[in-house]
Amino acid sequence: MEHVVIIGNGISGVTLARHIRKQSEKKITIISSESDYFFSRTALMYVFMGHMKFEHTQPYENWFWKKNRIDLKKAFVKNVDTDSKLVIFSSGEVLKYDKLVIATGSKPSKFGWPGQDLKGVMGMYHKQDLENLEKYAPNNQICKRAVIVGGGLIGIELAEMLHSRNIPVTFLVREDSFWNGVLPQGESAMINRHIKNNHIDLRLSTNLKSINADENGFVKSVTIENTGEEIACNVVGLTAGVSPNVDFLKSSKIELGRGVKVNRFLETNIKDVYAIGDCAEQHEAIGKRRPIEAVWYTGRMMGETLAQTICGNPMQYNPGHWFNSAKFFAIEYQTYGWVFSEKMKSQFEEHFHWKHKDDTKCITVAYHKETKKFLGINTFGIRMRHETFDKWLTEQREIDYVIQHLSEANFDPEFYKHYEREILEAYNHQLQIV
Amino acid sequence: MSLAKPDATDISTKQKVALAIGIIGLFIMMLAFLNFDFPNRAVSLGLSLAAISIGTVIYARDAYLNKLEGIKNDGVWFKSISSRGLWGWIVGIILTTFYIVLYFLPTYLGLGENGNPNSGLISLFDPLSQLLSGRNASQWFVYGTLYTVAIFIFGYKFMLKYKHNRYQQVRTLSVMFFQLGFAFLIPEFMYVMNSDLPYYDLKSIWPLNYYIFDEWSVNGFLSNGTIGLGLILFGILSIFVISPILTYKYGKRWYCSWVCGCGGLAETAGDSFRQLSSKKLSAWKLERWLVHIVLVFSVVMTVAMVYTYLGYDSNNFWLTRDVFIMAVIAFLSVVFGIVLYFKGKELGKDAKIGAIGFFVVILLLLVLHFTGTTQEVFFIQGSTLRSAYGLYIGSIFSGVIGTGFYPILGSRSWCRFGCPMAAILGFQQRLFSKFRITTNGGQCISCGNCSTYCEMGIDVRAYAQKGENIVRSSCVGCGICSAVCPRGVLKLENASEKGRINSNDILLGNDVNLLDLINQK
Repeated sequence: MEHVVIIGNGISGVTLARHIRKQSEKKITIISSESDYFFSRTALMYVFMGHMKFEHTQPYENWFWKKNRIDLKKAFVKNVDTDSKLVIFSSGEVLKYDKLVIATGSKPSKFGWPGQDLKGVMGMYHKQDLENLEKYAPNNQICKRAVIVGGGLIGIELAEMLHSRNIPVTFLVREDSFWNGVLPQGESAMINRHIKNNHIDLRLSTNLKSINADENGFVKSVTIENTGEEIACNVVGLTAGVSPNVDFLKSSKIELGRGVKVNRFLETNIKDVYAIGDCAEQHEAIGKRRPIEAVWYTGRMMGETLAQTICGNPMQYNPGHWFNSAKFFAIEYQTYGWVFSEKMKSQFEEHFHWKHKDDTKCITVAYHKETKKFLGINTFGIRMRHETFDKWLTEQREIDYVIQHLSEANFDPEFYKHYEREILEAYNHQLQIV
Repeated sequence: MSLAKPDATDISTKQKVALAIGIIGLFIMMLAFLNFDFPNRAVSLGLSLAAISIGTVIYARDAYLNKLEGIKNDGVWFKSISSRGLWGWIVGIILTTFYIVLYFLPTYLGLGENGNPNSGLISLFDPLSQLLSGRNASQWFVYGTLYTVAIFIFGYKFMLKYKHNRYQQVRTLSVMFFQLGFAFLIPEFMYVMNSDLPYYDLKSIWPLNYYIFDEWSVNGFLSNGTIGLGLILFGILSIFVISPILTYKYGKRWYCSWVCGCGGLAETAGDSFRQLSSKKLSAWKLERWLVHIVLVFSVVMTVAMVYTYLGYDSNNFWLTRDVFIMAVIAFLSVVFGIVLYFKGKELGKDAKIGAIGFFVVILLLLVLHFTGTTQEVFFIQGSTLRSAYGLYIGSIFSGVIGTGFYPILGSRSWCRFGCPMAAILGFQQRLFSKFRITTNGGQCISCGNCSTYCEMGIDVRAYAQKGENIVRSSCVGCGICSAVCPRGVLKLENASEKGRINSNDILLGNDVNLLDLINQK
């Protein structure tokens, strides 16, 4: 019986295992050094905030794995010997595989800041990071202030986590507006204000110079590059992005770039070795996607696809229309299709932007300047239907159609106020001005 | 993982004051319970209820009004009361004791027996009862008043907590309205109009209202002219017409989380405990067995009751025992036939269990018919069956365990494991209804907030992460899963029955051909 060994028990690896089991009787082993069972990484924040206990983040009960004959092994993989098809553990133990899948995800990026390995400095990615945070920032007596470095999705989540325990937060963002490499200006500015309304000390256009230690090797303060200001703090969160967690493969024969290099079939340069999820790097980007997609949904989709290939139905990773979601404190964000920030967008991409006067809801619709083709939508504070936008994108609708039929895509709970009419008016008004 | 108690869960000074005010209110009741004779009961009761209400209102305002709108579950699993900690157990034990005294030892509360005046706690409520219906209070009046006050003050707290969510607000106003009007005031006024009418909470439908077809109740209605007849006809209409139509259009939520008193208390006073329900598969299995056994028990018990008094009291009713029992069997057979014909395939393995259940009921009814006498059914005293149901299901299950165990089992354990009404509505909701919780394509991140905060113990995430809609008998449509979802994945909807139950292997967002290939299998 063929033995499929999966390194990593995140969404990619687990989706893969589940789908292989649906289609075959292969022997499956999932290896993780992080946790005994699969948990939802995106939910770690809710454990710290007291919304859930850690076991609630585990989507399957513990008996699930045995029942589905998926072997779980808690161990750290030190290296992979692709010649003799062996996984080598840090204990020296080895495991033979027939097919190997690298699904090891990411690790927080560090940029060589002085003091980045001090006690009290941490990322917010692994279960161990959560345990660390619980140790260094259990309350605002032990952690009198925390500084977060890096204004992305994990940064703002960490700010929300610390805020839930009344720990003062200073949030250092390199850009002149929050996440404006991704978000258009109007949205980014609205989130800036929302962050400040939550009493976060948001410092835009601010770079970290160094993290300073006290006599015992604990964080004492950070120094800001631009001004030289020193901010006293007990915890520093490094959230300036993530990078593929592939260092353990450096001495193997598997080709690495930033991540594990794969083709569209998610195959590496070595036969019977594959990579999926955050750690996989496409030789060439697919459409407007990035070569490395560190997103929950793409990890899952790669798992779904690779299961087909491994079960004898070779299939390319061929994701459909882009979508994603996040939450910025209380403001939910969803995106369908492509909406680029001013920094990233091409010549032909035009935006229609509407913002509600309460400053917590807005949408941006991207369309082609000449053809008026609908390209994508960002929606904040209004839930929208994935299926509807997926359909409209496939049908290549024009922006007029989308704005006029926006109510069909509404996904807010019943009795919520609707804004489609207001949006349509703003849209018509804008057309008149132009 | 060991969690140090974070300070953010500590309460503010204002909340401490509010708690103190509330406790003073409860203390007045405690004094009354200990037979302290208040000179002016009306004023004392007013002060007590006002202090409890004001305390809760101030507490709630301080907890939610100073914060921005959004989900307010910070620290739920750190607080002792909401995570089965010491306070959870203390409150659970106090509530349980209260229910035991209320149901089985009302004299301890001061109920005057054999025409004696009330004393203690119950006498404190005499002035209010006199005001409403011109009679002294009973333990049920005390309970009803406290129940209504609880739904109002905790409902207010709930509305502040979900001030950004209009579904939650409207729904809460609805349960407040039905509790105050239908459960509390109308029965009192009906008594004033006609003191012979049995107590009748119009929204309480058989089999939740298991005593409506008791002999005293039916006689009470029938001996009171058109009003009485109208009321009992409304009761029958509720079961066979109103409830099926509303459940078809809106799902069982129209009742369970918009109208029902048990649901009303669970959604308001019980809100802090909703996360304690078990989401294990084993709990679901237990739920399915238990709730349907209670349903069978209640159907057989009611039929047996009616059957007995039709026997010895046949002159008072146009219905004979033979006609009655045959009508029941015929009705059940028609329902069974329809379900099997339209939904047999969908039910699969469950159809077999359902069929066994059905034939057990029919068999029981036949045994009843051929062995029953005017006194005995199933060779036991007819009334014994009814008292057993009233004791074990009506009192112990729904009250003592259902509510007393809020801080241990979560807020809906009665609704989930015991309520026969919920079983009937759920059966219909699963098979013949437009209601579902729609999953938004591939947006689920499996975080687990929905499952954690489902009071009915439904593992919502198990469906959402597969891109499947949630169509479950037990769902009461409270809408909290949708509210706590951080990615806008869930929406309660009434829409076409086509595509209501969807099963996807590959989620939306992946390549379309692949999607077709896999999902067609």
